[in-house]
Amino acid sequence: MASVTLSAVRKSFGSTEVVHGVDIGVEDGEFCVLVGPSGCGKSTLLRMIAGLEEISGGRIAIGERVVNGVAPKERDIAMVFQNYALYPHMSVYDNMAFSLMLAGESREQTRLRVEEAALILGLEEYLRRYPRQLSGGQRQRVAMGRAIVRKPQVFLFDEPLSNLDAKLRVAMRTEIKALHQRLRTTSVYVTHDQIEAMTMADKIVVMNAGRVEQIGAPLELYDDPANQFVAGFIGSPAMNFLAGRMARNGAGFAVAVGGGVHLPIPVRAEIPEGREVVVGVRPEHFVVADDGVPAEVVVVEPTGADTQIFCKLAGVDVTAVVRERHAFRPGAAVRLKPQLTFLFDPASGTRLA
Amino acid sequence: MRPFLDNRNALGLAFMLPAAALLLVFLTYPLGLGLWLGFTDARIGRPGHWIGIDNFESLFGDSLARLSLFNTLFYTVIASVVKFALGLWLALLLNRHLPFKAFLRAIVLLPFIVPTALSAIAFWWIYDAQFSVVSWLLVKMGLIDTYIDFLGEPWMARFSTIAANVWRGVPFVAICLLAGLQTISPTLYEAAALDGATEWQKFRHVTLPMLTPIIAVVMTFSVLFTFTDFQLIYVLTRGGPLNATHLMATLSFQRAIPGGNLGEGAALAMAMAPFLLAAILFSYFGLQRRAWQQGGGDK
Ligand SMILES: Nc1ncnc2c1ncn2[C@@H]1O[C@H](COP(=O)(O)OP(=O)(O)O)[C@@H](O)[C@H]1O
Ligand SMILES: [Mg+2]
Repeated sequence: MASVTLSAVRKSFGSTEVVHGVDIGVEDGEFCVLVGPSGCGKSTLLRMIAGLEEISGGRIAIGERVVNGVAPKERDIAMVFQNYALYPHMSVYDNMAFSLMLAGESREQTRLRVEEAALILGLEEYLRRYPRQLSGGQRQRVAMGRAIVRKPQVFLFDEPLSNLDAKLRVAMRTEIKALHQRLRTTSVYVTHDQIEAMTMADKIVVMNAGRVEQIGAPLELYDDPANQFVAGFIGSPAMNFLAGRMARNGAGFAVAVGGGVHLPIPVRAEIPEGREVVVGVRPEHFVVADDGVPAEVVVVEPTGADTQIFCKLAGVDVTAVVRERHAFRPGAAVRLKPQLTFLFDPASGTRLA
Repeated sequence: MRPFLDNRNALGLAFMLPAAALLLVFLTYPLGLGLWLGFTDARIGRPGHWIGIDNFESLFGDSLARLSLFNTLFYTVIASVVKFALGLWLALLLNRHLPFKAFLRAIVLLPFIVPTALSAIAFWWIYDAQFSVVSWLLVKMGLIDTYIDFLGEPWMARFSTIAANVWRGVPFVAICLLAGLQTISPTLYEAAALDGATEWQKFRHVTLPMLTPIIAVVMTFSVLFTFTDFQLIYVLTRGGPLNATHLMATLSFQRAIPGGNLGEGAALAMAMAPFLLAAILFSYFGLQRRAWQQGGGDK
């Protein structure tokens, strides 16, 4: 096992730069998730770690070794691809044994290692089958089996669950996490799904447009987002944002969000009155209260455990998630009060408070 | 339709149909009419009488017929092997990121587009004993002193006609294999690279096995075309020298039309059928073995 260190890593395709200087340190044994919207450069970054793309600038080190010029097969890594990339003409056994065969491993040793991996992944019965004869989830497992038989220094995953249906995705998520807890191999996992990131990661790297927005543990990012992008990206349903100006509200603070609505701010913010801000409120941080600000209910979606209320607050669409079961009708008036808020600079998106 | 498509035997058979259809078209004259003529002593201008398998029996003792069989097999085997090797090499080359890719691919197809008779005439000039451009070049380069008599000596003529056939047949093989190569997902090569495969191992363990079904089809067609070749030989050598390049097709024509012996010629043509059938069956079973393509449940 080994750490993975990226220092000022850049990538250009022709004259277009798509990764603009990224620094990430993944510690030995850590499960690190790269998350960000589609096209932000996650796969490109992962492929650079794997050696499938050339590094245009900066350094990538696996353990102590800088691997910039090292061929993929010399890097001692294994990768699980989004489309699994199983060899269609090889049986499950041969797919998993392929790398060992190329490495000149003995027949007996190969058999032991493949069977061990198959046992871990519950694939013993499928070893003689061809990929075409497997379901999506089984293929996914074979792809993982192919990675683990090699006992590499680092596992790389590129959206390995995005081709599965929702239910299987949740199950495989847990399985991958359990596998990591068992093997403790350093892993870099790419996904665009923030729930996957939140549930699986030891460390999350939030990326946007070829840059790192923030690095931290899942709850750190949730509790303490560095900017509006991270705040909006982490958490589901997504954070509500309302633009307005700082104002006083009796003894406390508020943000005038338009239409004469003053959203009370529970934080003690050192922000001058009249400054333009964006206020962010997570849906779960709204409560229905008589001293809240007025809003108009648009749709109510009870999920059983809680109720999602979609409404219009000062002309802006906001979502609130409340525990109590309210029987609001569309068009009804509701009073919402934020219990926790974040303030951002409207121009840069930087967190103010 | 579905049960038919799900049945691997039926599907295999369906894939054979184009080959079978082409075979029929190419051999309609010798096969349809020939089947009957082969059992008669028909001559030009005289309807034949049923003589049973006399014509076929006489073929066995006929040294010229046996020579033509040898020539045909030699021609087919050597030309097909070379076409396959060159075609695969060209396809691999064209599958890379080359500048002017579309243009290069178009160029490769050229020999295939030119009518055979025309290219045969071109080769006739290239192989001419006095005006051969190849000989001229080699002499200029100081590699040989006298002009090569490409079509004058038996073995030289055999290899010369094979070279012309290869030139004409390579584009078909190359373009079909190129199409096959493009269906192989690039991520398979990336996975293989991470698994530790060298370029040769990627070719050996990924490209080649994934290409076998297409190779089987393409080479069947190629073998059929080569085995039944007529135009090229007829324009270049008419079977000479000393019948060294007489293929079964040319000899059969020679006997039937200029020679007037319709029955004998037809029998000789009919004698080609078992070989062609064997080639088709070989590819059919070659295809059928590829269980990994079929999908479905346990076997
Ligand atoms: N081979 C390539 N050539 C040119 N541009 C590419 C190539 N691969 C990716 N890109 C561009 O790089 C950006 C990042 O792509 P990618 O890393 O695949 O994003 P993600 O995986 O985060 O969705 C995208 O804008 C994409 O269009
Ligand atoms: Mg991607």
